[in-house]
Amino acid sequence: MAKGVRPRVKVPKSASAGDVITIKCLISHKMESGQRKDKDGNKIPRSIINNFTCTFNGETVIDVKMEPAISTNPYFEFDAKVPESGEFKFVWNDDDGSVYEETKAIEAA
Amino acid sequence: MKFKALTAIAALIVAPGLAMADPDDDTMIINGEVEMITKTAVPEHMSDTAVSELMSGWHFRSDETQALQMDDFDNPGMIFVDEGMAQWETVEGTEGNSCASCHEDPSSMKGVRAVYPKWNEDAGEVRTLAMQINACRTENMGAEPYKYTGGEMANMEALIALQSRGMPINVATDGPVADVWEQGKELYYTRTGQLELSCANCHEDNYGNMIRADHLSQGQINGFPTYRLKNAKLNTVHARFKGCVRDTRAETFKPGGPEFTALELYVASRGNGLSVEGPSVRN
Amino acid sequence: MEFTRRETLAVGAAAVVATALPLPALASTDDAIAAFTGGADVADGGVDLDAPEIAENGNTVPIEVGAEGAVSIMVLAAGNPTPGVATFNFGPMAGATRAKTRIRLAGTQDVVAVAKMADGSFAKTSKTVKVTIGGCGG
Repeated sequence: MAKGVRPRVKVPKSASAGDVITIKCLISHKMESGQRKDKDGNKIPRSIINNFTCTFNGETVIDVKMEPAISTNPYFEFDAKVPESGEFKFVWNDDDGSVYEETKAIEAA
Repeated sequence: MKFKALTAIAALIVAPGLAMADPDDDTMIINGEVEMITKTAVPEHMSDTAVSELMSGWHFRSDETQALQMDDFDNPGMIFVDEGMAQWETVEGTEGNSCASCHEDPSSMKGVRAVYPKWNEDAGEVRTLAMQINACRTENMGAEPYKYTGGEMANMEALIALQSRGMPINVATDGPVADVWEQGKELYYTRTGQLELSCANCHEDNYGNMIRADHLSQGQINGFPTYRLKNAKLNTVHARFKGCVRDTRAETFKPGGPEFTALELYVASRGNGLSVEGPSVRN
Repeated sequence: MEFTRRETLAVGAAAVVATALPLPALASTDDAIAAFTGGADVADGGVDLDAPEIAENGNTVPIEVGAEGAVSIMVLAAGNPTPGVATFNFGPMAGATRAKTRIRLAGTQDVVAVAKMADGSFAKTSKTVKVTIGGCGG
């Protein structure tokens, strides 16, 4: 498990049913690209988050395949439909097999 | 010798000719609510300098970089404030306390960042925020000090800076700190290194100009700790001083040492009036 | 001991804004596009690609991609050691077929966005982003 990985997600607490909201998410992660060399000249192996998914009540909002060119502390902003109250689930998959998750509930009037 | 150095500087500094040359006129409003003072009048102690107006480093960055600081969910520095919050609540040391045990909520730190570095009467010395944090840890918590320019220190400084967001920097320059302040001022104006540059050569005489492809700022520290796009992490004041001194190809002072502490006090006073930005975003 | 004219010119040339790196990834950019499209035709334009003209720092470059009616948008950096950047797949709960992220660019190069539409067609847009080497800030 990569150390100190921390997600930070912005989802409004409430919306009107049928609204489209903007979601912003950050996660602290080095995203070691595999291009850098250590002081002995050896390549530091790649170790990145390779996938990010956001679902709402189990249905996909967005699924992102991530490559080493995504910056350290990956950031995504995207829009989601809110037809009803429910829960957004955010999942990040690490090369090393770790899975990081965050959930945010939303009330739809 | 001096002639060569001057030519080197002349070759590096190019007068504004690029689109993003001059500092801009944008207003910084964070989260659509907190309006920040990013430009203000020069404090009295600088009235005889070449600086016409104080400007936050924010004004010297591209529109895209500026945008990153306007919303706390766009600002990558904020993940480290969250980290700082977790540290705040962690019990450490022989006394079995966390920061929260005595200080309760981080909001109790409101106003703190705005007045550091400052005189500590009991200790009889000028202290930076980092020194005070470590003093609290070692003396009150019985815990290990944070590495002076390390990640944990930066996280904690960011958490504390956030509490003063918007408040004007207001460090004392007289009274018990006067000697240290004078020492810092002298350091600021002393040329050092192979390139024989002083802080003032760039940050007072040439702010607004380009140095190669970099837009020179006034070297303000009201936005520290700052998230730099270059290393994608929070940077502390002394870490940046060390980098700057190295860039002049000089032997650097030690982070946490008396020279950088004096310099930090002086540089902070050059920003008196500018808002504390919480963790800022710079290149 | 002053600078010769030759030395001064050399220093001046080094201060030029853009760094042009060799582009070893150009061939593999085309491969990546072909793999995404299965060899189908790709229309030029029709994809919104927002990226700065001059990136303040190549380590963290904010971009936005979007395309009306897209199911998927692939982003490539033609001048990076490997061109892949990200592929955004929009699900049924997506509120818009657009996304923002921050990417690493190794030097001045083209950023390419290829969109796969709901009707199976493809479109692409590319934009040149200048990546500078800073002064003292690095």
